[in-house]
Amino acid sequence: MRIRSNAIVMTIYLLFLLVPIYWLVNMSLKTNTEITSSFTLFPQNLTFRNYMVILTDPSWYMGYVNSLIYVVLNTVISITVALPAAYAFSRYSFMGDKHLFFWLLTNRMAPPAVFALPFFQLYSAMNLIDTHIAVALAHCLFNVPLAVWILEGFMRGVPKEIDETAYIDGYSFPTFFVKIFMPLIASGIGVAAFFCFMFSWVELLLSRTLTTTDAKPIAATMTRTVSASGMDWGVLAAAGVLTIVPGALVIYFVRNYIAKGFALGRV
Amino acid sequence: MEKTQNNKAWFLVLPVLALVAFSAVLPLMTVVNYAFNDTFGNNEFFWAGIEWFDEMIHSERLRAALGRQIVFSLIILAIEVPLGIFIALNMPKKGFWASLCLVLMALPLLIPFNVVGTIWQIFGRVDIGLLGHTLAALGIDYNYTNDPLDAWITVIVMDVWHWTSLVALLCYAGLQSIPQAYYQAARIDQATRWSVFRYIELPKMKGVLLIAVLLRFMDSFMIYTEPFVVTGGGPGNSTTFLSIDLAKMATGQFDLGPAAAFSIMYFLVILLISWVFYTVMTNLDREEAR
Repeated sequence: MRIRSNAIVMTIYLLFLLVPIYWLVNMSLKTNTEITSSFTLFPQNLTFRNYMVILTDPSWYMGYVNSLIYVVLNTVISITVALPAAYAFSRYSFMGDKHLFFWLLTNRMAPPAVFALPFFQLYSAMNLIDTHIAVALAHCLFNVPLAVWILEGFMRGVPKEIDETAYIDGYSFPTFFVKIFMPLIASGIGVAAFFCFMFSWVELLLSRTLTTTDAKPIAATMTRTVSASGMDWGVLAAAGVLTIVPGALVIYFVRNYIAKGFALGRV
Repeated sequence: MEKTQNNKAWFLVLPVLALVAFSAVLPLMTVVNYAFNDTFGNNEFFWAGIEWFDEMIHSERLRAALGRQIVFSLIILAIEVPLGIFIALNMPKKGFWASLCLVLMALPLLIPFNVVGTIWQIFGRVDIGLLGHTLAALGIDYNYTNDPLDAWITVIVMDVWHWTSLVALLCYAGLQSIPQAYYQAARIDQATRWSVFRYIELPKMKGVLLIAVLLRFMDSFMIYTEPFVVTGGGPGNSTTFLSIDLAKMATGQFDLGPAAAFSIMYFLVILLISWVFYTVMTNLDREEAR
């Protein structure tokens, strides 16, 4: 009986999540006349024209490439700098550690709207506007603190005896860290990387402010259909569907990490 | 865990410090600079003192936006946290269905903010959206572009749709870390479902719930893109939250001084509330450990 009620709750919730997405997919497969003139639950004249528009026009599909480049850059940078810092916070107490930790977190709380304009000026002065690295660095503002926070939680779950044993066995700090410690918190790194990817992929305000053409993210390109003559609902929906795809792939790959996720507390 | 006192640990933190100083402290200084100066273009600045702060503190517009923002964040937390826990408790524990649920639930999280807005904008429209059309067919007068209440409901439902999964996934991860032995012990003691939840699952989830509540609070407090795409802050000003108001001021009207003063106060408010959260929760943690 319990299993049944669980299944019902989950079904309702998943339906709630999926119906709006289905509607988007549905619209992306319709022609514009069908969208505006009639109301249909399934596309009557199945068309892939909307997708063709996006996949054949460089100004559209380069948006996806740009987004992916800066998201991956950002994830790599964030995790690389966050790992040693998280280790320090989880293992040592040092002067001002608690204040520093909270100060880091405050950056996660800073509204991007506050930073948009200063970022623009700072990166203009350094000739970084419209490059992928600019967006990647700007996104570090909220991703690095988050990565430190998540990794610190995971590292606290690893007993300190492991570190001490490794040092007695003659490991230097770098080899211990890479060879022994990192595999131990692999799922933590997976979770942190997932969150970095996610928050960088979905962010629009900063990435739109810092780019003009060469590094313009897809989310910003999408606003084009709105200002175009009339509303090209079909292409807009198709672009939306395509922005969901990379996310879905990433989730598919890290699903087991998330599931195992915080299980490390058990070790 | 006992931590060793070691000031050399600072070296490990240095890279993070340098990076965050570059991407947070420098821009923040620019904001502070604007907040105390007035400019007529050409990069010429005149000292304005606390004039902008004075103006902003007494601005009806800012107060109204702040009020709306607080109400919005509280509603979001009140719905999403219990719902997220509830969903996490009902998720399958392992196997194919668990993976499927995880993947499907994480899906809304990875949709860019403005696409989320677009989805709901389309979904809620009376002429072409499933939701709007169905409600109209049922005879319910629903129009999020005209009616403030409908606009609020749309924005809140959208946020619940978007973010409840985050809370649920974090709680689910917390639940997964509870050893089976705890449940077996509870069964031997003939514990009810409620006491299992109250005394085993909830305390074990506290750590991840802390992360979830903080994340949800901070993000809902600076929500910008989604309501902006769906309602554009309207009808009237009814869904103009703080960030939308700020962006209007800074990039729409180029009132840099007031916008900067506003930013600083906005930031301080978030900082204050988060600090209270953080302290209360770390204190709870410490009492637990004792």
